[in-house]
Amino acid sequence: MTPEQAFTEAMKFENRPNPYPFFDELRKTPVARVTNGIYVVTGYKEILALIHDPRISADLRNRPNRPNRAQTDPSNGDGAEIEAELLEKYGKDPMMIIADPPDHDRARRQAMRHFGPPHSPDVIPNMEPACVRIVNDMLDKTKDKKRMDVVDDYAYPLPVTVICRIMGVPLKDEPQFHAWIADMMAGAELGPDAATEEGKRRKEKASASRIGFRKYIIQLVENAEKKPSEGMISKLAHDDGPDGRMSPSEIANNVALIFIAGHDSTVNLISHCVLTFLRNPGTIDLLRRRRDLIPRAIEEVLRLESSVNFWPTWTALADIEINGTTIPSGSPIFFMYGAANRDPRKFRDPNKFDLEREEKESLGWGAGIHVCFGGQLARLEVNTAVEAFLRRVENPKLVIDPPPYRRNALFRGPLHVLIDVDGVRD
Amino acid sequence: MSTPKNENAIKKNGRIVIVGASLAGLRAAEALRNEGFTGHLTIIGDEPHDPYDRPPLSKQVQKGWVRADHTKLPRLREINAEWKLGVAATSLDRAKRVVRLANGEQIGGDRLLIATGVRARQWPNREEAALKGVFTLRTCDDAAHLQAALAANPRRVLVIGAGFIGSEVASVCRTLGLKVTVAERAAAPLAGALGNVIGAIAAEMQRDAGVDLRTGVSVSALEGDAKGHVRRAHLSDGSTLDIDVVLASLGSIRNVEWLDGSGLAAGFWGVACDAGCRAFDIHGVVTDHIFVAGDVARSPHVLYEYQFLSTEFWGNAVLGAQIAAHNMVCAETDRRPYLLVPSNWSGQFGVNIKTIGVPAFGDELIFTQGSPKHRRFAAAYGRRGRIVGAVTFDHGKWLQFYKAQIMRSGPFPPLQAEFDLPADMRVIPADFPARGVPTAAPDVVLTGHDPSERVAEYRPRTARAEIRKAATAANKEQKKQWRVAS
Amino acid sequence: MRIVVDLNRCLGYAQCVPLAPKTIKLSGEEALEYDPNPDDSQRQQVLRAAASCPVQAIIVDHLDAGPEVQREHSEKRKRH
Repeated sequence: MTPEQAFTEAMKFENRPNPYPFFDELRKTPVARVTNGIYVVTGYKEILALIHDPRISADLRNRPNRPNRAQTDPSNGDGAEIEAELLEKYGKDPMMIIADPPDHDRARRQAMRHFGPPHSPDVIPNMEPACVRIVNDMLDKTKDKKRMDVVDDYAYPLPVTVICRIMGVPLKDEPQFHAWIADMMAGAELGPDAATEEGKRRKEKASASRIGFRKYIIQLVENAEKKPSEGMISKLAHDDGPDGRMSPSEIANNVALIFIAGHDSTVNLISHCVLTFLRNPGTIDLLRRRRDLIPRAIEEVLRLESSVNFWPTWTALADIEINGTTIPSGSPIFFMYGAANRDPRKFRDPNKFDLEREEKESLGWGAGIHVCFGGQLARLEVNTAVEAFLRRVENPKLVIDPPPYRRNALFRGPLHVLIDVDGVRD
Repeated sequence: MSTPKNENAIKKNGRIVIVGASLAGLRAAEALRNEGFTGHLTIIGDEPHDPYDRPPLSKQVQKGWVRADHTKLPRLREINAEWKLGVAATSLDRAKRVVRLANGEQIGGDRLLIATGVRARQWPNREEAALKGVFTLRTCDDAAHLQAALAANPRRVLVIGAGFIGSEVASVCRTLGLKVTVAERAAAPLAGALGNVIGAIAAEMQRDAGVDLRTGVSVSALEGDAKGHVRRAHLSDGSTLDIDVVLASLGSIRNVEWLDGSGLAAGFWGVACDAGCRAFDIHGVVTDHIFVAGDVARSPHVLYEYQFLSTEFWGNAVLGAQIAAHNMVCAETDRRPYLLVPSNWSGQFGVNIKTIGVPAFGDELIFTQGSPKHRRFAAAYGRRGRIVGAVTFDHGKWLQFYKAQIMRSGPFPPLQAEFDLPADMRVIPADFPARGVPTAAPDVVLTGHDPSERVAEYRPRTARAEIRKAATAANKEQKKQWRVAS
Repeated sequence: MRIVVDLNRCLGYAQCVPLAPKTIKLSGEEALEYDPNPDDSQRQQVLRAAASCPVQAIIVDHLDAGPEVQREHSEKRKRH
């Protein structure tokens, strides 16, 4: 199998439940040139070296000949104009995940100022009681059922409730923005599926939903500008910190980013935890006995089923030599975290779920300056969810393995994880 | 006395003695057990405490957040050792393979690890050093005493010497709202480790935080009250300060005196050993059963012209201990070289300063990323067209980029970043102060090529005026001398 | 319990801070400060923090992983 073929297969929706054989193929060339001049990096140490290389940009504006989606993509139809208008007004300052220093660093400081240490060290720890309450409420609701969907009945409500509270987004709007985000995620395809008729339809739907979602977020920002309220959106809009205030477009784009990332990747990790524990007999019993192993178990799941499966927005700004390969200046680069996290040169017996593993430094949430902004919050949520699940759910058994997966390849996760249970303890 | 055994026999039922019960000693003991050593292990330490971590002593301990006796090091595994704490080793008899202790005991072994570290250099005037309120900072007892003095709301604190420890304590003083004066002989804080260009940035940080920083001056005398408590300091520029607390932060002295007469290459810069941690004798001949690790070791380094490198860094103790332990019990063909790329950190004035390589080996500097003005940047040090070190201020996530280049002796100026470039990217002199300014000695030093070098002995009785004269002359010269004159 | 953070490895990601806020703090944007001997009541928080570190810089005493761990460890060693 050539690297191109392996990459195509790994991106295919039908391989979403298990892209790893194709990642293994790809990793035979740890830095491989595939279709469209893209360099995909699957080796652990290669990613680690490149991600700390300040000649590699995360800013898509650095891609030569990058088509402007809104103007050149006819599939956007009427939406194109509206989106172009939104981009004009609210799209000029990229969200931090696709920005380079110094803008990236400044934006991250400005956002972190209201979210985590050093300026707001209590925001996340203060959410713990709410997290505990939410996961236990969910379990109370499933008390009389013999079958539950870990994704919808358990994993989803926690992060979305928490991120709404932290950002200051009304929870009552959840059905609306949930639908938008689901469409956007399903329509953001990179593989061969995007070219099919269905794929085009998904893309159109995603485009429409993106407009709806952006308008919604912009409305929240504008409301907050007019009338200060609780939550991060308002704090960003009225920031008086040493770095000043973000522009309204930057606030909108970063709020959208944190909001989307903050409720999708955490759901995937919780679902993958349950899935992985159940795939490895004895794990549930061990973790029930040994609460102290739970944090380590979660990190091991994160390694095996990376929350950010890969990230595609990197561009080489110089000819970069890595492990005998030169990536020419201007080349798009994909960091395949999910592949690197199973690199046998780094992790012994990499496909094994191993709680005693000595090598534990995974790239499940990226690395370097762009490492996941909300990783701490996600970990608190996942720890709370896993602890409650282990304590209360009696004799869980997987109904379907592998479970159906969502379309999105980047934030890869199951659509449903059905389990049969004997009951839910008090 | 034991008879020599082969490695397998030693691994199984040999006797190993570790002198030094701090980070290097403890990690070496653990590493020995990990290597499969099942024989008898003795650990000797002159302090009565369980092995503890020192970096917190100048930071969170002085802030009053962490108690001085609450920095005990975690154990990575059980080591089943015989501990002899609170008793110093006083001599080594190599012929008999015996370590003598202060209490008269003799401990014999097949292998010896020397990990006796360093101690704080005391204020040279003994009478003044004995005044209440005059401190040094090395041990947890030192830390407890200094912390109590800072917590007692002194009128003003005087820190003598603006190396890393002195600067960190000055930073804590400001956090505690205390008035603090820092007196530094060199032109800037951290000048010995990082040069005057970076030192100037550190100086700004101090002054912005409200430190009364005085550079290019020394303290000529300390004066006590009737009760023998320090109350006043006289500076070389003729000024006086009313103070209640003095921290003499004058660098360190290697604990090698107990090796006098052993015939090992032990001196001012420590105990010389090969790149496999085996000690040299004074003739430069390598010994077979004596190993060295931690602050007290100096060994030749491939990246730095094979000069002997002496490194008082945390990571040096950890890695040196592992390599020494491995080589103590392995077969000759399995020996590993000790190839540390020195790295260090210092948290002060809310900024994380990290270094990699040996900045002081360089003579040129270039700011490579970020903004020196905002104290968020990376800078690289070069010598003869190759990169030898780097420093970051709140830019640690980029350090790896420079480490990789240092490890392959990459060109200087280094590979250029493509964004967030400093306004001025010219190569400039790093401006290190000349050797001979005791307060400015960096924690990582290249100490020449000769393993038996027993030179540059510190002479505490030298008149201060003489040291001052030498320092001034040296400063004027403004030129580093790498080889210590023999 | 006893911990030590290898601050050479630490890159200031600060993932650990909100997970063990009583034990680990940031001093400025990047410099980590921590309590090396936190109270036993902090165990689960500290274990979460240690597991979360992207560069695995937080070292926890092997005795602090709980008595069952020790037993399993020593059994494992016996088997080897």
